[in-house]
Amino acid sequence: MIKTLIICLSLLFLVSCGKNEQNDKPKKSQLNGAGATFPYPLYSKWFNEYSKVDKDAKINYQSIGSGGGVKQITEGTVDFGASDSPMSNEEIEKANQKSGNKIIHIPTVIGSVVLTYNVPGIDKEIKLTPESISGIFLGNIKKWNDPIIAKENPDLNLPAKDIIVCYRTDGSGTTFVFADFLGKVSEEWKTKVGVAKDVRFPVGQGGKGNEGVTGLVKQLEYSIGYVELVYALQNKLQYALVKNADGEFVKPSLEALSKAAEQSVAEMPEDLRQSITNAKGKESYPISSYTYLLIYENQKDSFKGKTLKEFLNWALTKGESFASELGYAPLPKVVIEKAIQKVNMIKVQ
Amino acid sequence: MIVALVFVVSYEMFVDSKQSRDMFGFGFIFSSNWNPVTEEFGALPFIFGTIVSSLLALILSLPVSIGVAVFLSEIAPKSVRTPFSFLIEILAAIPSIIYGFWGIFVFAPFMRATVQPFLQSTLGFLPFFQGVIYGTGLLTASFILAIMITPIISAITRDVLKAIPVSQREAAYALGATRWEAIKMALLNAKSGILGGAVLGLGRAIGETMAVTMVIGNKAQIKASLFEPAYSMASVIANEFAEASGSLHISSLIEVGLILFGVTFIINSLARLLIYSVTRKA
Repeated sequence: MIKTLIICLSLLFLVSCGKNEQNDKPKKSQLNGAGATFPYPLYSKWFNEYSKVDKDAKINYQSIGSGGGVKQITEGTVDFGASDSPMSNEEIEKANQKSGNKIIHIPTVIGSVVLTYNVPGIDKEIKLTPESISGIFLGNIKKWNDPIIAKENPDLNLPAKDIIVCYRTDGSGTTFVFADFLGKVSEEWKTKVGVAKDVRFPVGQGGKGNEGVTGLVKQLEYSIGYVELVYALQNKLQYALVKNADGEFVKPSLEALSKAAEQSVAEMPEDLRQSITNAKGKESYPISSYTYLLIYENQKDSFKGKTLKEFLNWALTKGESFASELGYAPLPKVVIEKAIQKVNMIKVQ
Repeated sequence: MIVALVFVVSYEMFVDSKQSRDMFGFGFIFSSNWNPVTEEFGALPFIFGTIVSSLLALILSLPVSIGVAVFLSEIAPKSVRTPFSFLIEILAAIPSIIYGFWGIFVFAPFMRATVQPFLQSTLGFLPFFQGVIYGTGLLTASFILAIMITPIISAITRDVLKAIPVSQREAAYALGATRWEAIKMALLNAKSGILGGAVLGLGRAIGETMAVTMVIGNKAQIKASLFEPAYSMASVIANEFAEASGSLHISSLIEVGLILFGVTFIINSLARLLIYSVTRKA
């Protein structure tokens, strides 16, 4: 019994060896990427689907966070990075110097940040203006029935209770997008707190990750916090309507995110690094942002470069169709075209 | 080999924190301003949070642990002893993130609804129990830590008590001691071992990261009230290291790690000294 098994196994081994020798395609090598956690579910779906299209493409992605993605692509330890916020000019400078190469940004999908709250007795959506949001997170608005909030919600019976603020304590793209929005709408926020992945909130307490913030908001009555839209949708959290730059209250939805991107396309810079918070347009949700893949323009390994390029072309066309079912807003057509142009600029040696 | 590892790790942290040490000097330990945006870093709130939560956890856990150990080694019949010891040892094996989630979804609401209002109404005149009740915060973190270190301390205490020769106990009974007097004598004999267990428990509490992060509130501040959110050294490293972009930020986080190392070292040395003085007297 064991003998036959051994014979079978060794035969199998021989057969597979033979196969390998016949294979004259370029050597299989794995593409490695690392970065943002927010688009991870979508990216893993993409890599999985793409491996069915191109059998030789093996793409491995570690969702270690946007900061880690930037760090690793700068060091050149991965083939591509991913980040929820575009790299700053200094970061690009540093990466280009270190690698003697040029980094390019490819937007993939749009994500957004929603305000979730726990106010007993209120089951309708609260309407929040940029002033009320910045006021709450700066600690200037202390009670739920503050006139600034009440003014926009005449039909709600807001309680005279203290607002408990909950924020993300681990550095994250989510915090960056939220702070970026507040920095645009509030001068006080810009000077007092600033815009970064880790900011020092003047009030409230921190939860770790989306789940940590959700946990805090769920168990603390009269609290408010911010989480990613995908997370809020999956967990059926209650979230606020936010007033956009055109003065409309918009419910965060995938369409509203795509609209925000569409309305901002005209001002999109050549390198595609653009913040779309507080976007114009009646239907735009104001706290949204692109998430990016970070890639070097000159690909030194011809097989890897070719695979990466083909994959990106696939992702921006076929791949986009997987976005909405997973809770991400697909890019508007114009942006897809711009992104594909960028991809085609990648030089493979 | 292990000694060498300790030196390599601390040397490495010392070198990597150079930028932050040069920039802030000793002010790093005494400043309570931690702001990554303006690149100002001070570790005092984290040192405070770590030491207070760990010591509080030890104070909460020690009587319970000794009680459990005495029950298991002296009082409980054999049929109870074995399953009970097993259950307590299982407690030590629960991953800390599980404690963290249990803490935030089950224990913190309980603290908010029951324990903290009770403390405020009975001991509210003390500054430690004043202010807004959040559920999460320094006190909740201490409770979670206490639960986590109880199995360690009680297991060690039980083993130490078991190691005391039966003849001593028989001698105590022969001299007419009651059961409690005999137990008291056993505890006195075992005190250096119990202290050793407490030190091990404290070590775990100081280094604990995930469970604390979930419930401590993660706000870099120093407040007298135990209900207020705080922050610990291990938590800030875990939270910010992955996304830290500026080199000064990273360097400062590494210095926090170095301080954590230092604090652990100091507390362990003090505990050794304590054990030494206690055993010498005996």
